[in-house]
Amino acid sequence: MTTHLLEIENLSKRFERQGGGVQALQNIRLQAEEGEFLTVIGPSGCGKSTLLRIVAGLDADYEGEVRLAGGRIAGPGIDKGFIFQEPRLFPWLTVEKNIAADLSLRDKATRRRVSELIELVKLNGFEKAYPRELSGGMAQRVAIARALLRNPRVLLLDEPFGALDAFTRAHMQEALLDIWQTNRTTMIFVTHDIDEAVFLANRVVILKPRPGEISSIVPVTLPYPRKKTTPVFQDLRLRVLSEFEKIEEVAWGESGAGI
Amino acid sequence: MNKVIEVKARTEATAAPDAESAGTPAVVRKKRHVRRRIGPLDIALGALIPVVGIAIWQFYSGSGRVDSFFLPSPLLIASTVADLGATGELFTHTGISLQRVLLGFLLGGGLGLIAGLLVGFSKRGEELFDPMLQLLRMTPNLAVAPLFILWFGFGELSKVVIIANGAFFPMYVNAVLGIRSVDNRLYEVSKVLAYSRFDTIRRLILPSSVPQLLLGVRLSLAVSWLSVVVAELINSTSGIGYLIYYGQYNSRTELIFVGILIFAVAGKGIDSLVRLLERRLLGWRDTYKG
Ligand SMILES: Nc1ncnc2c1ncn2[C@@H]1O[C@H](COP(=O)(O)OP(=O)(O)OP(=O)(O)O)[C@@H](O)[C@H]1O
Ligand SMILES: [Mg+2]
Repeated sequence: MTTHLLEIENLSKRFERQGGGVQALQNIRLQAEEGEFLTVIGPSGCGKSTLLRIVAGLDADYEGEVRLAGGRIAGPGIDKGFIFQEPRLFPWLTVEKNIAADLSLRDKATRRRVSELIELVKLNGFEKAYPRELSGGMAQRVAIARALLRNPRVLLLDEPFGALDAFTRAHMQEALLDIWQTNRTTMIFVTHDIDEAVFLANRVVILKPRPGEISSIVPVTLPYPRKKTTPVFQDLRLRVLSEFEKIEEVAWGESGAGI
Repeated sequence: MNKVIEVKARTEATAAPDAESAGTPAVVRKKRHVRRRIGPLDIALGALIPVVGIAIWQFYSGSGRVDSFFLPSPLLIASTVADLGATGELFTHTGISLQRVLLGFLLGGGLGLIAGLLVGFSKRGEELFDPMLQLLRMTPNLAVAPLFILWFGFGELSKVVIIANGAFFPMYVNAVLGIRSVDNRLYEVSKVLAYSRFDTIRRLILPSSVPQLLLGVRLSLAVSWLSVVVAELINSTSGIGYLIYYGQYNSRTELIFVGILIFAVAGKGIDSLVRLLERRLLGWRDTYKG
């Protein structure tokens, strides 16, 4: 029928509230190909999390069509991995048990996959550690391993590195690209950070607020690994930045808070 | 605060860099696990006030300046304990009280847990049971004790039921609270991981509520321990409560003190056991440990 892994058509979402509602998303049209890395960027409150939660099946109350591999998304499932801004590990489980979650480590195949993933996210030696013993970056890598163990068709990441310091963040971006190049899992990655968006993506989706609409999509064809200091990278970054500034101006102007 | 421990900690700190440079994270993590040992100095510090207090008490009561009927001296109390120990009465009374506490706690705490799970997990269950249980919770144990004696006779059963009645509510309230206090952010994780309803209960809700459930156990045991006094003071010919009653009736105040002492020591012993269990089960918790 179609060749797209993920298809979003005329997606609209409205939050009703007393004294009027918020049009969080309006007429979103977006496709993601198998193995593609999409980043979604936009000002705070433009509906990025809302979009991701709908694709994850966490929010089923919307208008329009959202299909994964041809099937309408009916609810959460292991074919859609989700990484929250915070790691959200189960504090009473060790690292390996957090990754396994509802799968038993006594199962040979699961145990082997968990070891492989611990290797992949570079947490060897910490299998038996509890979440309180991990740094923020390590905990987030456990969360990524947990999502990957289920072999999701698409991995949805909602500002996963937002709480990390710049150094750890850069390290995690490279780690994620490594994982992506090994596994070829389709990624949809929400971020505030323009550098991050350009560094990671095949395409950068720019959203604008009130109502949340796609403002533009910037393809990034630079080969990996990318260097943030090269002129080509800076050119692309400036392109995304200027798009971003345009919508920021509109947003400020509309809300009457013009300077 | 404590010299012995400080010195120990310092030697560990100097030993740690070697382990880290050796690249063995397991060793580094071990270091953080080291539990603070209770040294002789800690014990001395904790015992300071009681020891001084008892010395002053002995000085006044022993010198005959205070009537032994009002305040028997510590030595008299100690010798009474020794006498009761020699005749074996100390152990039979303590044993029977402990048995009642345990049976009452198992019955009341068990039912409280079941009711708590029912109400915690189902909105319908809450609507059905909670208002009634909250009403019953407010009735003092002492007030309903005569009814239990009327219904269940003067034997062991009425005593166990009186204790169970007290043990029920702390367990019930904390079981409901525990289930209802699951972190919504972890609940979302369980949805994203597509947990079944059963897995959500087993792998999220129950582990999340363990701290609250253990608090329920502790409070419930404490109330059982208080209720056994009620039960034995009202009607009994055995147990520590009876010992106190007997002491009062026969103007042997030292027996009242012995009874109080046993309650304190055994109560603390039980509480320590539960806390040991707590430390084993809740090692994962990342909270201020003082
Ligand atoms: N559960 C909710 N109920 C009501 N309104 C909501 C709810 N969730 C989000 N909204 C509204 O929808 C809009 C989009 O929110 P969303 O969380 O998707 O933004 P975002 O782009 O993720 O922002 P941020 O970058 O700050 O995370 C906001 O105006 C917000 O107020
Ligand atoms: Mg968001």
